[in-house]
Amino acid sequence: MAKRVIIIGGGVAGMQAAITLKKLGCSPLLIEKSVELGGKLNHWDRLFPSGMKAKELIQNMVDEIASLNIKIMLCSEISEIRHEGERVEVGLTDGNAFEGEALVIATGFELFNASVKEEYGYGIYENVITSADLEAMFSEGTVSTSTGLPPRSVAFLHCVGSRDLQIGQPHCSKVCCITGVKQAIEIRELLPECQIYNFYMDMRMFGSGYEELYKKAQETFRINFIRGRISEASETADRQIRIKAEDTLLGRPLKLTVDLLVLMIGKRAAVCNKTFADNLDIPLNESGFLQAKDDFYNNTATRHDNVFIIGTSLAPKTVGEALNDASMASTRIYDYLTRNERQL
Amino acid sequence: MRTINNRYSWERYQKQIPDDHFYYARSCIRQNFFPGSEAAFLKIMQDELGLDVLDDAKHTSCTGIGYHADIVPLETIMTVVARQFSLMTEAGYENLVSSCITSFGIYTEILAMWHHFPELEAKIHEHLRKATGREFVKPKNVIHTSDLVFHFRDRIAAKAKYKLYDVINEKPLNVVEHIGCHYSKIFPTNGIGGAEFPYVLAGMIESWGGQVIDYPERRHCCGFGFRNYLVQANRGSSIANSKLKFESMAPYKPDFIVANCPGCSMFLDKWQYTLAEMEGVTYGPDHQAIPVLTYEEMAGLVLGYDPWDLGLQMHQVDAEPLLQKMGIEYDYTKKYLGKNGKYIGSPKPCNCF
Repeated sequence: MAKRVIIIGGGVAGMQAAITLKKLGCSPLLIEKSVELGGKLNHWDRLFPSGMKAKELIQNMVDEIASLNIKIMLCSEISEIRHEGERVEVGLTDGNAFEGEALVIATGFELFNASVKEEYGYGIYENVITSADLEAMFSEGTVSTSTGLPPRSVAFLHCVGSRDLQIGQPHCSKVCCITGVKQAIEIRELLPECQIYNFYMDMRMFGSGYEELYKKAQETFRINFIRGRISEASETADRQIRIKAEDTLLGRPLKLTVDLLVLMIGKRAAVCNKTFADNLDIPLNESGFLQAKDDFYNNTATRHDNVFIIGTSLAPKTVGEALNDASMASTRIYDYLTRNERQL
Repeated sequence: MRTINNRYSWERYQKQIPDDHFYYARSCIRQNFFPGSEAAFLKIMQDELGLDVLDDAKHTSCTGIGYHADIVPLETIMTVVARQFSLMTEAGYENLVSSCITSFGIYTEILAMWHHFPELEAKIHEHLRKATGREFVKPKNVIHTSDLVFHFRDRIAAKAKYKLYDVINEKPLNVVEHIGCHYSKIFPTNGIGGAEFPYVLAGMIESWGGQVIDYPERRHCCGFGFRNYLVQANRGSSIANSKLKFESMAPYKPDFIVANCPGCSMFLDKWQYTLAEMEGVTYGPDHQAIPVLTYEEMAGLVLGYDPWDLGLQMHQVDAEPLLQKMGIEYDYTKKYLGKNGKYIGSPKPCNCF
């Protein structure tokens, strides 16, 4: 009989783990707290750097899960996890409990709450939005200010909730730099006359095609990149956003009034990581992400042979990296389960 | 027009404000600028609300201005502050209420430094002992007087004779609130509402019927910063800060400005005259300036105190247009009469236009 592997979290990483494990002959059970699979990507329009539709990726994976007849449980919240030797038991808030021979934690991340950075006025000024809000606008096919008109000028502020010791978010969220480039280009495509500014600390173009897209954003799409942080945002009488910043390359302060300010919100560790840390004795890092056994060969493994962590439960990652984690952890789980069989 | 009344972000920042028994530390400059404010504070707290507030003649300046001007060393100001605490302890109080924003910043900063560097606190105990033979206990609570007025704003509203309401145009008064930098910009958690959207004055305004207006330069410093005005060559920078604020707030047509810092109240009041002289510009309606009040004066007007008892005649900008809007009756002939009924002098025409 196929060994049961419980996967907590139905985002792309969890789905990929379920697909891979099923293909390897295991019996994955995919537990998701929300009403649908896909996780955060359900609220994203296009993916960098290629511009592929997020919904297309999710649909492909959901279709594969259906065709493989993988058992999924939606609207299911975890209440308890017990690990005893080679058995893992997961209790749900509705009273159900499931046993498995291995566990995959794929609960992902949370988006940083931009209102914590009070100086930018998110939640107070209508024309201060987040990168997630902008994606929702892209999904609708239109970008507008609170008046319903297209913005004549847009400023992006990078690293909101990332690399910020003051608020206990020391880590880099990894994907915001390239997302800022992608979103700026998308605005240019929708609004050719719009003035677009990107305020950044560093542009970390680490991935394949990122640097090229960044260059294209400047040369082809006429995006202004300004190295400097915005110190505060205020609202004018006509609800534009007045920005105070410093251009650190020119060494001068600047003031700018824009129709829309987009805060590139970072990834923060999910609150549920603490539950896993407490129940399974897995360490958390400084930012609250779960820590794998090591950073290299065992970078999805834990102190328990049959418990693995994948995707953004470990750290901010790209979609591609989360998918790789899932595939890698799945083969390790398969190896663990069949090794036990071989030993018998 | 956008107001800040719908903002609840301030609720994240609360501080413990005790209900009674306060040792009052006066400001060394407020009594010169706005002599009725501290008297009004004591009258409201003691007579209106029946609270125990000790006005102790033995305490001194905190020497904050000297400290920020680099002429009073850190350990000296700490020892002066320790003496204030010693007087408070001796009088049997644990709650220090400071009238001055600079002093409030000094007290909170010193307490934080002692918290992080206990050896420094031990040294100051020794300094105070050697200099005066005194001992001190740190206060349980350090609050600003505006915190206390905020704390009792609803009790004041219950006794109000006037509202912050324009009885001529039948609408709430538009009020610009300005918070002193040292109130919460040093330690946001020490101020009601934090540093970005402070609520201490906004709460009073809302409770008393007014409407707080937001404007782009709301958070900007008034320009009082000690190095700006103590060094005469820097005064251009000082007035430029105030000018920036006036230009930013003017389109919102404020009926008055209220501030909780001695310096801010004074500069926002007097720089308007200076700007009128220098550039011939005014920022209120009909070529008038915008009246500036302290929060005690605002509370006093709401409670129906005589404007001249509150010391409004000491303001550079006339308060009469505001008094008329609020429907407050006043006797102009008594404006420049002192408490003893004698003429105290009046401003000469400025000939600025």
